[in-house]
Amino acid sequence: MGVNDFVIKFANVNGSGSASANALFAKAIFRMGVPVAPKNIFPSNIQGLPTWFEVRVNDKGYLGRREGIDMMVAMNPQSWDRDVAEVVPGGYLLYDSTFIREIQRDDIKTIGVPLTKMCNERFTIPRERQLFKNVAYVGALTALLDMDFEVVKGMLSEQFRGKDKLIAPNVDALELGRNYALKYFDCPLDIQVVTSDAVGDRILVEGNAAAGLGCVFAGATVAAWYPITPSTSVAEAFEKYCHQLRIEPETGKKKFAIVQAEDELAAIGMAIGANWNGARAFTATSGPGISLMSEFLGLAYFAELPLLLFNIQRGGPSTGMPTRTQQSDIIACAYASHGDTKHVLLFPSDPTECFDFAVQGFDLAERLQTPVIVMSDLDLGMNEWTTKPFTIDETMGFDRGKVLNAEQLDEVERFGRYLDVDGDGIPYRTYPGTHPEKGAFFTRGTSHDEYAGYTEDGTVNARVMLRLSHKFNTAKTLVPAPEFGQKTQGATMGLIHFGTTAVSVPEAMGMLADSQIHLDTMRLRGFPFSQEVDDFILSHDKVFVVEQNRDGQMRSLLVNECGLDPARLVPILNFDGSPITARTIANMVSEHCGQAVADRSASGVAAE
Amino acid sequence: MTYIAKPKFHHPKLPLNDLGLTRRDYEGAMSTLCAGCGHDSVSAAIVEACFELNLPAHRVAKMSGIGCSSKTPTYFLSKSHGFNSVHGRMPSVATGANLANNSLKYIGVSGDGDTASIGFGQFAHAVRRQVDMLYVVENNGTYGLTKGQFSATNDRVSVGRKGQKNAFGAIDLAAMAIQLGASFVARSFSGDKDQLVPLMKAALSHKGFAFIDVISPCVTFNNHIGSTKSFEFVRDHEHTVTGVDYVPHRETITVDYEEGSVIDVTLHDQTRVRLRKLDTGYDLSDQAGALQHIMSHQAKGEVVTGLLYLDAGETELKEKMDMVAAPLNSLGVAELRPGMAALEKINAGLR
Repeated sequence: MGVNDFVIKFANVNGSGSASANALFAKAIFRMGVPVAPKNIFPSNIQGLPTWFEVRVNDKGYLGRREGIDMMVAMNPQSWDRDVAEVVPGGYLLYDSTFIREIQRDDIKTIGVPLTKMCNERFTIPRERQLFKNVAYVGALTALLDMDFEVVKGMLSEQFRGKDKLIAPNVDALELGRNYALKYFDCPLDIQVVTSDAVGDRILVEGNAAAGLGCVFAGATVAAWYPITPSTSVAEAFEKYCHQLRIEPETGKKKFAIVQAEDELAAIGMAIGANWNGARAFTATSGPGISLMSEFLGLAYFAELPLLLFNIQRGGPSTGMPTRTQQSDIIACAYASHGDTKHVLLFPSDPTECFDFAVQGFDLAERLQTPVIVMSDLDLGMNEWTTKPFTIDETMGFDRGKVLNAEQLDEVERFGRYLDVDGDGIPYRTYPGTHPEKGAFFTRGTSHDEYAGYTEDGTVNARVMLRLSHKFNTAKTLVPAPEFGQKTQGATMGLIHFGTTAVSVPEAMGMLADSQIHLDTMRLRGFPFSQEVDDFILSHDKVFVVEQNRDGQMRSLLVNECGLDPARLVPILNFDGSPITARTIANMVSEHCGQAVADRSASGVAAE
Repeated sequence: MTYIAKPKFHHPKLPLNDLGLTRRDYEGAMSTLCAGCGHDSVSAAIVEACFELNLPAHRVAKMSGIGCSSKTPTYFLSKSHGFNSVHGRMPSVATGANLANNSLKYIGVSGDGDTASIGFGQFAHAVRRQVDMLYVVENNGTYGLTKGQFSATNDRVSVGRKGQKNAFGAIDLAAMAIQLGASFVARSFSGDKDQLVPLMKAALSHKGFAFIDVISPCVTFNNHIGSTKSFEFVRDHEHTVTGVDYVPHRETITVDYEEGSVIDVTLHDQTRVRLRKLDTGYDLSDQAGALQHIMSHQAKGEVVTGLLYLDAGETELKEKMDMVAAPLNSLGVAELRPGMAALEKINAGLR
């Protein structure tokens, strides 16, 4: 807890208009050049239930979730007791002192601001009175945390550009809170925000928005989807950016098609049909949708059709925790569908990678003629992350893979849709309508020979299945390579992580280093696993696998695919629906090593 | 087996269409369905319709689901791409294909199990979206590949081969299509080539969702006494059935009848089907009237065939989606990918 290093949490009532005020607060800190990690912790509900917004501020860039709340803005009587209990000793409780609240703790500092009373006196419209309470507490925070008031005011003007009438009352509410804090409290507190350049050129964006944008830059033209939390905003972002970037100027017509399907089966069916026909198409879903899409995934695998599928993972099984995060669809996606099926998976760790993997994902799917599943999660998809800006390589086109046009077909004596001409297991395909005489074939999920003819000859089927295995081996060389950390230390123990776990790993490594525990790390970015993955595991005596599910699914996949002795891989698991913390990782690793992590108060976790 | 190719040579004086092609050029592989299966007549009608319409076969895409009917796209238009998808999901695959390239003709072939049961939802939504395609259901009231279970189009009074009673009422797919807003709805009979071919030609010329419910008897599992999808049920009672589950002849089944009359058509194997030609003065654009017509004749045990509903003014999917004229699959990097400058602008907006 200190300057540019604290966690603040807002406890609100769902539907009370707090979200935009809270986002304003987080973005203001980002604008001051200090890295932030805002996280929405929300119920599966529209109005009335408790909702929280947690913001970690850390100029060293440790932006994983951290236990312990340095300041609680407690606006919800329903969750009051547990909100108060969450504050670290010595921390702050900001509350609406219009109402008398019993505060059972004497080890925290309380800041009562009569928000309701002030807003009722200042504003007349009931909805305004409610909404401006949120703005008013942000105003109070600008004084308490010594934030750059001009930045915050400027953001309000930006937010309401075009609705200029709203700017003045918002600024008024902001000043109402600010002036009260300045008058009655000793501002600033010992937790503060000081303008910094730690953000650099980074941007603040949600993973799902990045994924949707990535699809635009990847040349996707067809999106078919069915609404499901937490994936909905992928399709919504694609639509938003398409409207900005994909309207034909001369006609005003759309160079894209977005269909809100009747269910996930139809969504993936449409994406498959469009890809079959030579348009880049994708769908986005979450766990329950993956289950529904499984049959089609098997068809796409066996009929060898490209497809990009975003799985924004949430808490399972079944309907599970729809608004909480997990990495628990690893096995379900790696082997989705009946029969011998395997799918290419990509594991983005931040929104920049959501964008990059959308772009690379289409190239991979078309190069390999198979579904590629981007394994994001709720934490990454629906929260804003401080992340590197998006870039594309303008010198590179799209890799449409092995597709024969009419001229090329003329050169071919006999086209065989499933012939392994090049020895890499990847055959050639044709789009419907290409050539009057050649290249037509029948796509089917039933057993077929190299010329796409139906067959029940077991030998032929086995041959096709083996070629598909061979193609999957080729995929090992094409998926994004793992990234290594602290490779040079030559540690005897390693740690494997992937996806959103990555954000907590550097901090955890710092904690462990303080306890003289040194680990090499490897961040998985793709499946199937490349040789480097095997090599990393085999070059360490023991390897921890950190993941956010109960059963150690990635560990199982590694054991299975790399043919490892399970004893080599030690699971480090978190599956309570909230993002894994550095302390959890450090504690579990050190416990396994029979060592305690160097003791630091929860509020002072930030590593040096 | 479906990989059995037909011999390519043909009589030198076979008639040619405007593209200089013979009917043989529109054929597919040898059918593997039961001898006498109504579905083969539907395939033949598709061949005839495409030949007569002078369609370049490679500009047609054949879509299907799973089942006997869904196998048939292999048996026609071998120069067209085909997609035998998963059970009941042809509508979504066809929708996606259509979005990618609307310049092809799409012929979807499905069955009553594929459309009225497992794929009922997808069927409804493809209709609702007005996907530009010809959607043919080869309707025999039974599941053939799994050996004769009732389908959802089997009439309540229709019994199974071993006398099993059908507890549930039938879904009338033509009535459903009209209710859901399909812009071209017809019913026909697989034996009635004279009616089916013109209907198919009209449907292929129609822009939007064209639906044809083709009663196509299953000679193996639903052609017995007590079945309302058998020829025998609708046969004139003067005549006697010579055999159940027996196919005495292998010629194409044909019918001929006069306009405006209910007739019992004698088929080549002495079975009959009762058909009603549309009444004089029937209003093709009246949705409610069409439904009433179907239902009132159904109550009398009659099967109404012909073009039942037409809304030539309805827009199709691509127009509804306000898409550019060029097929989406023809657009390249230059048309689809904004440059780094656009991306920098987006980055700036996220700071």
